[in-house]
Amino acid sequence: MVDATAPLLDVKGLNVSFRTPSGVVQAVRDVSFSLGRERLGIVGESGSGKSTTGRAILRLIPPPGVVSAERIALSGLELQSLSEREMRTIRGDRISMVMQDPKYSLNPVMRVGEQIAEAYRLHSRAGRREARDKALEMLSAVRIRDPQRVYRAFPHELSGGMGQRVMIAMMLIPSPDLLIADEPTSALDVTVRMQILAIIDDMVRERGMGLVFISHDLNLVASFCDRVLIMYAGRVVEECRASELAAARHPYTRGLFSCLPRIEAGKKTLPTLERDPAWLA
Amino acid sequence: MIEVSNLDVRFGHARSAVHAVRGVSFTVPRGATFGLVGESGSGKSTVLRAIAGLNPDWTGDVRVGGEAQGRSRSRAFYKRVQMVFQDPYGSLHPRHTVDRALGEPLRIHGIGDIERRVIAALEAVGLGRAFRFRYPHQLSGGQRQRVAIARAMILEPEVLLLDEPTSALDVSVQAEVLNLLAGLRSEHALTFVLVSHDLAVVSHMCDRLAVMNHGRVVEELTVDALRTGQATQPYTRQLIAASEGYDRETARGLVDYV
Amino acid sequence: MSASHTPEPGSLRAWLLSDSPASAWQARAVRLYIGWLAFRRNPLAVAGLLIVTGLVLVAALAPVLASYSPIDQDLQARLQPPSATHWLGTDELGRDIYSRVIWGSRITLYIIALVAVIVVPVGLVMGTVAGYYGGLVDKVLMRITDVFMAFPRLILALAFVAVLEPSVENAVLAITLTSWPPYARIARAETITVRHSEFILAVRLQGASSWRILRSHVMPMCISSVVVRLTLDMAGVILIAAGLGFLGLGAQPPTPEWGLMISAGRQYILDQWWVPTMPGIAIFVVSLGFNLLGDGLRDVLDPKNG
Repeated sequence: MVDATAPLLDVKGLNVSFRTPSGVVQAVRDVSFSLGRERLGIVGESGSGKSTTGRAILRLIPPPGVVSAERIALSGLELQSLSEREMRTIRGDRISMVMQDPKYSLNPVMRVGEQIAEAYRLHSRAGRREARDKALEMLSAVRIRDPQRVYRAFPHELSGGMGQRVMIAMMLIPSPDLLIADEPTSALDVTVRMQILAIIDDMVRERGMGLVFISHDLNLVASFCDRVLIMYAGRVVEECRASELAAARHPYTRGLFSCLPRIEAGKKTLPTLERDPAWLA
Repeated sequence: MIEVSNLDVRFGHARSAVHAVRGVSFTVPRGATFGLVGESGSGKSTVLRAIAGLNPDWTGDVRVGGEAQGRSRSRAFYKRVQMVFQDPYGSLHPRHTVDRALGEPLRIHGIGDIERRVIAALEAVGLGRAFRFRYPHQLSGGQRQRVAIARAMILEPEVLLLDEPTSALDVSVQAEVLNLLAGLRSEHALTFVLVSHDLAVVSHMCDRLAVMNHGRVVEELTVDALRTGQATQPYTRQLIAASEGYDRETARGLVDYV
Repeated sequence: MSASHTPEPGSLRAWLLSDSPASAWQARAVRLYIGWLAFRRNPLAVAGLLIVTGLVLVAALAPVLASYSPIDQDLQARLQPPSATHWLGTDELGRDIYSRVIWGSRITLYIIALVAVIVVPVGLVMGTVAGYYGGLVDKVLMRITDVFMAFPRLILALAFVAVLEPSVENAVLAITLTSWPPYARIARAETITVRHSEFILAVRLQGASSWRILRSHVMPMCISSVVVRLTLDMAGVILIAAGLGFLGLGAQPPTPEWGLMISAGRQYILDQWWVPTMPGIAIFVVSLGFNLLGDGLRDVLDPKNG
């Protein structure tokens, strides 16, 4: 079933639409990309469909959302053909997702260490003791200085940066092949953001994990990812190497870049983005 | 225009009190834009709220236009000083139309000619009269922030306090809102105090800035000095480095400054 | 339910769905219409609305709808079963039950309107003041609320009416005395959630007085929860009013009050079942209507659903 030559993730012709009282909204239109063991950035403004794309891969689009795709394959395994139960196993074991705000993703009345250990036990059938050791090991892997203390903490006792580290530890403990990170650092201070990114960076390098990094921050994606998709109104308008993002061709990408204020630039009026209806064609 | 000296803010009582701002002093001349930069919990927004009179638990000296300010502010004060908040989804009353939101300050201050002023204010922020009777949920984030700016401007203040005015917006919308603010500043000779975590936004808008950490001003410098790499404090330098995008080596070398 | 997705331009529907209304009046109409579109998706709620509207109409048109006087006695025609002349039969004094039930709707409506008019403002003011100022004010007001909440509702009402003389007005007073605390609590809870929100800070920064902030910025945020609670409470109010009437402590004979009618008719329940049953059905239907309407309104108005 697993094809060694197939890319880690292969998405072809992905469409997502939502029925609303005022008509059908097409959130994602004909998106295709493939991913190896690399860091792929998906950049776009709010409403561009970038988060919806990430969720659609995990089949996390609730009704009235409708997903259709020619192919959503994980190492050659077609995810659309799986039952909901098989998909649950995939979601825990092989693909993990980190969201923007850890507060909503952690159980507020359970110690965080126990949540991590439980995540491990669910997927490995390990004993309590082993799961506990593994959770502590994971907490130190995400550079938490005092893992024993954090293990016993409740989610509300953690700062934003700490909570996001815990979340990442929990998502990485089953050693997934693919991590989908949806704005994982947008709510964090710049220095904490750097530290979290360094952890994710290590996981990609050391474990050969694939990463889909969804973000609105062009600079961050350009400096962190290997390859970038730029989304606009549900479409991928440009795909390029992250290092070449500054030399992007599509007027939307260029427009996004030029309207960013920069420390080194002067105080001139910022160029604004003129949206061309032709981009939707 | 604004002089703050030895500002201290404490929340809570006795032993559990949090010392949020410690001995902050700065001066903003008329027509200038002053930036307060820092990470969350640095006390930058608390300073702004103390100036605005939203927080009574402060000590020190706050002068606006030469007048020393006490714990409570007069109605005349709010005609001179207005504020724009971070969250465009939270700063407009969900059950009031744009018209009502903009008319309210005029009614409070007993200013007549409401209809004309509301329409003029909407046009000044680039919205136009079609938006007049919409509710906030019918507006995009950028449009809401424009309404919030129009509301702050409708009393024709001299000082605008800006609390992260663009951090909840998309970059293309951020550019439009920053341009709008810069335009209003030159047109009405406004004095700005801008709080932001984003060094790039601050350096784009401001003349001088103070970098804050744990309630203290770590360093005060001009934007030119920031731009030419003349920041002297290690905390400032680290903040600048971290703002420039991801770098493995920078991330490894980050230090916590207490 | 046949919702065409794009309304014809120029039609009333287009006007009601406009996203850039031309006047404050239209803006409000649009909001109401969108709320109505959500509301009518719930058939039970629509049924509740129909019942409540029916109650109001029946009360308004009572002189037209009633075929006899509600108080004139006709001892020759006492305890008649339902027939073409007396649709719901007659009671022990030969009064037409149908006409009495119709006229009784006025009394029911009078009671619930009076309760609403007293309970809502008192609850709103107590709750928003307590929630907005916090501290000592909050403590004092909430302890007062607790005291009133601690009384068993019906018993306090009984004691109250027993001390004063039994009448509809005193029954209402007794009901309101124990009904307002939940409203104060709801209003306080809503106020605390919005007290520190930026839109309240923004009006404070415009120099608005506290009373103005409470009246035009905080209270509108509480209204929807209060309306939902009120509608759901109405069934209880009707039952208590009927209960007081039943015990002889509310409306006095010969008033055609539903509870009183049941009370007077209860001795005939085995042989002339219709005498107590008809007003009983009226109470049941109206209470059910308010409950259904309240549930529907909660779905539409509850801010947690957007």
